[in-house]
Amino acid sequence: MLSYAIRRLLGAIPTLFIIITIAFFMMRIAPGGPFDSQRRLPPEIEHNIKAAYDLDKPVYQQYLIYLGKLARGDLGPSYKNKDFSVGELIADGLPVSAKLGLSAIILAIAFGLTMGTIAALRQNNAADYSIMSLAMIGITIPTFVMAPILTLIFGVYGVSLFGYDISLPVGGWNGGALRNMILPVIVLSLPQIAVIARLTRGSMVEVLHSNYVRTARAKGLSSVQVVVRHALRAAVLPLVSYLGPAIAGILTGSLVVEQIFGIPGIGRYFVQGALNRDYTLVLGVLIYYATFVILLNLIADILYAVLDPRVRYAR
Amino acid sequence: MSLTADRTAELVGRALDVKGRSLWEDARRRLFRNRAAVVSIVTLGAIALAAVFGPFLLAYPYDYIDYSVVSCAPDWWPDPSVLCNAGGTHWFGTDSVGRDLLVRTLYGARVSLAVGLIATLVSLVIGVTYGATAGYLGGRIDELLMRFVDVLYSIPYIFLVIILMVIFNRNFFLLFVAIGAVEWLTMARIVRGQTLSIKQKEFIEAARASGVNGFGIIARHIIPNVFGPVIVYVTLTVPASILAESFLSFLGLGIQEPLTSWGVLISEGANQMETAPWMLIFPALFMAITLFCFNFIGDGLRDALDPKDR
Repeated sequence: MLSYAIRRLLGAIPTLFIIITIAFFMMRIAPGGPFDSQRRLPPEIEHNIKAAYDLDKPVYQQYLIYLGKLARGDLGPSYKNKDFSVGELIADGLPVSAKLGLSAIILAIAFGLTMGTIAALRQNNAADYSIMSLAMIGITIPTFVMAPILTLIFGVYGVSLFGYDISLPVGGWNGGALRNMILPVIVLSLPQIAVIARLTRGSMVEVLHSNYVRTARAKGLSSVQVVVRHALRAAVLPLVSYLGPAIAGILTGSLVVEQIFGIPGIGRYFVQGALNRDYTLVLGVLIYYATFVILLNLIADILYAVLDPRVRYAR
Repeated sequence: MSLTADRTAELVGRALDVKGRSLWEDARRRLFRNRAAVVSIVTLGAIALAAVFGPFLLAYPYDYIDYSVVSCAPDWWPDPSVLCNAGGTHWFGTDSVGRDLLVRTLYGARVSLAVGLIATLVSLVIGVTYGATAGYLGGRIDELLMRFVDVLYSIPYIFLVIILMVIFNRNFFLLFVAIGAVEWLTMARIVRGQTLSIKQKEFIEAARASGVNGFGIIARHIIPNVFGPVIVYVTLTVPASILAESFLSFLGLGIQEPLTSWGVLISEGANQMETAPWMLIFPALFMAITLFCFNFIGDGLRDALDPKDR
């Protein structure tokens, strides 16, 4: 078990290395440097700036310098946000993005699992069809359409329920206050709720028809016990392998959500960096995301092996 | 009663008259019995026709700026306080610099459908070639090739497209290719898996025995046989590409003004939604309908081509 985990962890290192290498050279073959402006700089100043950022050295030396710094956890200075290093910018946005993403994934799993189970238990009933139609909508409507629509309904027009005003702020982070988090988290998790509900329904339907569930019923267990203790455990297995893609989807969604709601997370830095050609910032965030996704896939694989005793650790 | 020669001939003749149904005919029948898929095909056809021919029939060019009708609601808009009597010919209203929104929405449809087709074609060519090669050659080379796919898989692909866009400076055509160039991964995996099982079959052995070279086997014998799953996946790649383009355009990293796409229009509409909701509603509606159609067609095709999955 432990050796399996270690082997997988070691296997992730070359993957990360290849990603860093590809990203680095792709950035360097890009036409136009980060300091190309409308105004021509005097050659000496341009030379000094380039020297300060090691841009005057040959590309392979820049690459080695970058790798060396990276090994020490230094992602380099941001080209466009003067006085900030990429590491500082990421550290700045990370708590915000993490809080947002974590809430979204928890919400997605909780709701997706419940809705999928209900749909499976009421297979081909009205409840099943309405949940699956909602899931279709959730999968099809992209976040950048859902976000403005929900903002329009709950933020701009305002909604009151039983005489209470339940309008929500249309943007801003406000230190992570609950009211500010509701809309972004819902928008971010909706597509994932939809996919998880579909996956759960599919595997749950299959499991409910299997022999051991019939045995459990025949033993006289209550249907709650059958579903929660016996069926659900087998039915969540496909979900575990969906965890990696789900995180990737939430990372992608956070680019848009942070932009729309004006949330100061890493996603916004990435988009700003891409718009301003801030190479080091974009590269830094990409490495960060890639590491995160690789690690998460690894955890998902190990979790899968723990949950499903049929999986052997060999290979 | 024994069969006379005449009777036998007649029976054989009748048997020959019965036309066999091929796999593809069966699939087509099943597809056309699926109501959601048929409605989607018709709707999508209508949107495509409107996108191609609509702009020629409308009175306004897509980049015609008219400051006398800035942010005008369409004449039939229910809220009379935002009407500005633009003359009745702006059926979807106008945008913040007075351009006709209907023509711009249709132009957006052109861009979106084009991106769907071109990107999918690119991903199809790369994915099928790559997957078939890896699966056919097998062994070390297969492992190396698929390892590369795994590596790329571990980055959310939209980030790769963003980097490609940063590098190529938001070039219109390269945007399409860039999206296709990152969407071939799943295609390659599907094709490789299929190839691995097909290459064990006797007809491949027969082809090899009669002296067909590796390239010929891949091109003439393997690729035609992986088409079923590939077609299903193609119908899912098209909306994914449309979504990717709109996503980038929404962030300002895709199509640039005065050209437009649904993502650009939705982004503008989202900025103005408090005062001019029609600028958001129409492009968003068109896009949602298109995506729904592709999803239903994809589902229908999967059911049609893989009946055991139902």
